Amino acid sequence: MTKQSPANIATIPDEGVDKGGQRLTPEQVTRVIRRMFEEEGGARLKIYIETCVHCGLCSDACHFYLSNNKDPKFSPAGKVKQTLGIIIQKKGRVSIDFIKKASEIAFTECNLCKRCVMYCPFGIDIAYLMLFMRRICHKLGVVPQYIQDTAHSHSVTMNQMWVKEDEWIDTLQWQEDEARDEIENLRIPLEKEGAEIFYSVIGPEPKFRAQLIYQTAVIMNVAGMDWTMPATPGWDNSDMCMYTGDDEMAARLKKVHFEAAMRLKTKRIVMGECGHAFRSVYDVGNRHLGWKMSPLPLIHAIEFYYELFRDKKLRVKQKYDIPVTLHDPCNVVRGGGLHELARYVINETCSRFVEMHPNREHNYCCAAGGGVINCGPPYSKKRVIGNKVKADQLADAKARGAKIIIAPCHNCHAGLEDIVKYYDLDMEIKFLGDIIYECIDKT
Amino acid sequence: MLHDLFSFVRGPMVWIAFTVFTVGSLYRLISMWRLAKKKDSVIFNYFSIFFAIRSIGHWILPFAGVNMRKHPAMTVVAFLFHGCLFAVPIFLSAHVILFKESWNISWWWMPDMAADIMAMIVIGCCLFFLGRRIFLKEVRYLTSVSDYLILAAVAVPFISGVWAYHQWAAFQAALVIHIVSGEIMLMIIPFTKLSHMLFAPFTRGYMGSEFGGVRNSKDW
Amino acid sequence: MNYSQWDWNVGKKVIADLSQWRNAFEWVEEPYVSPDGETIAAIVKTDDMAFSVCENGVSWEKYFDKIWYLRFGSGNCPVAIVSENSMWTVAVAGQPWGNWYEFVWDTRFSLDGKYITVAAQDGSKYFAVSDGIAWQQAFFSISNLAVSHDGKNAAAVVQTIPFNSGDIFKFQEGCYTVAVNGKTWDNNFLNVWDMSFSPDGRHLAAEVRKTLYDYTIVVDGQPWDKNFLSVWKPKFNPKDGSVTAPVKVNGGWALARNGEVIWEERFFQLWHHQYSPDGENIAAIVAPKFGQWTIAVNGKPWPSTFNNLVTDLAISPDGKRTACAARTKGQWHIAADGQCWDNGYDMAWAPVFSPDSRHIAAKVEKNGRFFIVIDGRPLTYDFAAAWGPLFSPDSNKLLVRGIGGGKNDGNYCRYVFELSEFLA
Repeated sequence: MTKQSPANIATIPDEGVDKGGQRLTPEQVTRVIRRMFEEEGGARLKIYIETCVHCGLCSDACHFYLSNNKDPKFSPAGKVKQTLGIIIQKKGRVSIDFIKKASEIAFTECNLCKRCVMYCPFGIDIAYLMLFMRRICHKLGVVPQYIQDTAHSHSVTMNQMWVKEDEWIDTLQWQEDEARDEIENLRIPLEKEGAEIFYSVIGPEPKFRAQLIYQTAVIMNVAGMDWTMPATPGWDNSDMCMYTGDDEMAARLKKVHFEAAMRLKTKRIVMGECGHAFRSVYDVGNRHLGWKMSPLPLIHAIEFYYELFRDKKLRVKQKYDIPVTLHDPCNVVRGGGLHELARYVINETCSRFVEMHPNREHNYCCAAGGGVINCGPPYSKKRVIGNKVKADQLADAKARGAKIIIAPCHNCHAGLEDIVKYYDLDMEIKFLGDIIYECIDKT
Repeated sequence: MLHDLFSFVRGPMVWIAFTVFTVGSLYRLISMWRLAKKKDSVIFNYFSIFFAIRSIGHWILPFAGVNMRKHPAMTVVAFLFHGCLFAVPIFLSAHVILFKESWNISWWWMPDMAADIMAMIVIGCCLFFLGRRIFLKEVRYLTSVSDYLILAAVAVPFISGVWAYHQWAAFQAALVIHIVSGEIMLMIIPFTKLSHMLFAPFTRGYMGSEFGGVRNSKDW
Repeated sequence: MNYSQWDWNVGKKVIADLSQWRNAFEWVEEPYVSPDGETIAAIVKTDDMAFSVCENGVSWEKYFDKIWYLRFGSGNCPVAIVSENSMWTVAVAGQPWGNWYEFVWDTRFSLDGKYITVAAQDGSKYFAVSDGIAWQQAFFSISNLAVSHDGKNAAAVVQTIPFNSGDIFKFQEGCYTVAVNGKTWDNNFLNVWDMSFSPDGRHLAAEVRKTLYDYTIVVDGQPWDKNFLSVWKPKFNPKDGSVTAPVKVNGGWALARNGEVIWEERFFQLWHHQYSPDGENIAAIVAPKFGQWTIAVNGKPWPSTFNNLVTDLAISPDGKRTACAARTKGQWHIAADGQCWDNGYDMAWAPVFSPDSRHIAAKVEKNGRFFIVIDGRPLTYDFAAAWGPLFSPDSNKLLVRGIGGGKNDGNYCRYVFELSEFLA
């Protein structure tokens, strides 16, 4: 067995990783790794590893590196060195302890945000390499417990939160009832075949943030949209299997989602304010299934809100007057180019806007995305410490007057909440939908 | 003895070096292409010449990207280094004359003085890179013995070349070292990290295509 | 279903004026139409938050607190899920079943529309209810409800072993199985997904995941010998009862029968395969290459492909022809036998074959109006709303159901056209 230095021992206890590791033998590790390289290690993997000249220029891109006193172990290339680098060097002959540490690095020290792609002169895709490492961990069964549980939930219920079929429908009907107190005859149209819009959300919305469904229902009704939601699985557009390396399940989830929209003969999919889900339906899951782009037109809530204001479907009664700043979520900005549209919506709805720096494609990640927050409480402290640079960035925006952070992404929301709390920033985080709901004319 | 060695490295070895470099590069490019077709075939669907050039354009223009502005010294050095690294061997009068003598082809050459300065710039840049590897902890962490060897493989032909040009002590030996090391450098390009010379346009171009064509955003 | 008893006299029949409904009720939801076209129904609301279903202008006698998922089985009878005092059940033509549950959903019909099964929850236990009779056994969860053609057998994926939240290792031992009419299979799996009954309803095949990495097909509880990287929904051969399913192997997707790959071709994607009625031909939606979609018949793809998607595969009754709806370059089309029909639409619905397999008709939408196209040619009428066309048993006539035919009124009409006139 390979001798390990103390640095190569996983530091945070995690049942998924620890017990997963116990089930393995070193021979199995080598066999699985070699098979992965043989079957799935293509030109991208080879070129990325071979051409990286170890210049270190990617370091400044990474919030983990910047926040951990510029510890090179947290630099993008540093994380590759500690994981795939050693695996390649040792031709797969690595220990179980090594795999556990590699799992911790790949799952909890990289948000797959691809900021480093913009800092590497060669455009080496570190996120791709980290995902390759995660897929090895998946094949070995050494995945952090919380996110693995989420992947299991996806496989059983086709949603992220173990929401059962009846609970989903019941939640929508409950929100419909609630919203009727505010808007008479409001409807959340379930299973309306031929509607123009198929609206999909992520699992946590019915589970913890049902008010978001309420707000959307109000916005849809006020704007007079022809929309529907399915009463079957497929309503959840999220995908943690994409992040655990279970590509087969990731594909299955997207099939169910797209086919729900196709079955209802809707013309396009509008999705809620979620970043990773956007990545999964716009960029990743469709590819697993053979669709170059999503089979039906698909837009993120930011673009949808933009359309509603551009087409004067919504009218602002009174602009939101508390100064706001905008956190550009990686998956919809670096991953979808929606930054200017988000600013358009903010200008329509808010009277005072403070830019964060850096912003747009160069914004710092929230450190929650890429499945990191989904690895759960064992890693939450490491996650907030690993994003001090975000806290500084927020504090700077706050010093220039911002009181509200708009984050049009669920993971960003949760990640920023933790950061605001840990660094005592006293700022409030809102979705664009929250602001729109508050300031539009609902009559 | 030295004379025999000299004629070998000046004669057959040159052929060998150029052959290894050319055939090796072609082999690497073709085999990588085939591997990509087999296992990463999906990426060909997203490759866009327009967005590839857009991205490469931003990365071959000094200070066009954010990270280049963040590291001005590195940017200046990197551009000087690569410019001189290519210009000196190709446009050095002595090299052009060798080509003329051997194959009767020639092209413009630069004044020796300029080449001398540029070669020293390359050496200086190599020292800068060495300094980064030693003193910058994020670079040191990534650096392994092979990174030093490759740096040496690039520096030695220039150091020995300058040495021989100025006819400092044992300059004849230096000339042999110069030729041999130059040939070695040429030969290892396809098979070491120097292969970024072959592959970087593709990695950058592919990423530029994904960012431009799918992600609607910049990658610089 | 006996089509021949329907009214096949050529002509137009006005069934109901929906604009009157809108005046009579505070709220009228999107209407649904019976297969024979004689009935149109919609969920309606009176001003005191009571709901009913209006059928051809007459609302059900009984009002409910809530109604949703109004559908017609092929029995021409409106069925809806209804609620009273926070309890739920199914109402058929206004008559609720005798038993009420905390929740019911996922209404499934037998082919003739006579038997109805739903998933139900009561006291946090899950089961299925067929025609008002609940399974004797209840489970921790239920999903993927499936019914046999005659509707007399129902199956669902059920959880038989509970595990605590976050207990990933317990889950990986297998906590789910299939219950057929409430009786579970002997073995458990990590997951079970889509299922198919054999045409006689006596056998059941399902997609399963045995470990995190091994997928296969299980028939009546017995897994195939071989595992695959992934699988899609299995189907029974209507003639010999063998089971086929798309399976993912190294190199792509292929079709397998009883565990053995039978198609030589490998596809980037292969799913929704269907048998011809005689069991001789198998057609499937495939992607021969990444981003290119088409139909393959017995493993041979059509030469033309579509770049967005292909859906709603149909096989003719004689088994010789195939048709589908497809989206390419942002436009929807109907395609048949490898040929894409000329016009592009904003949406296209499932094409249907005439019983003699000679004609194909489909509903399409353009600029907010609905059309019926037959063999590539649109019917002169356009509609504000329409339902899928149906051919007469002799294949000579076409039943079209639509609102606002040719003009913008609220009349729902049922039309029977002579095909020879139209196609002349």
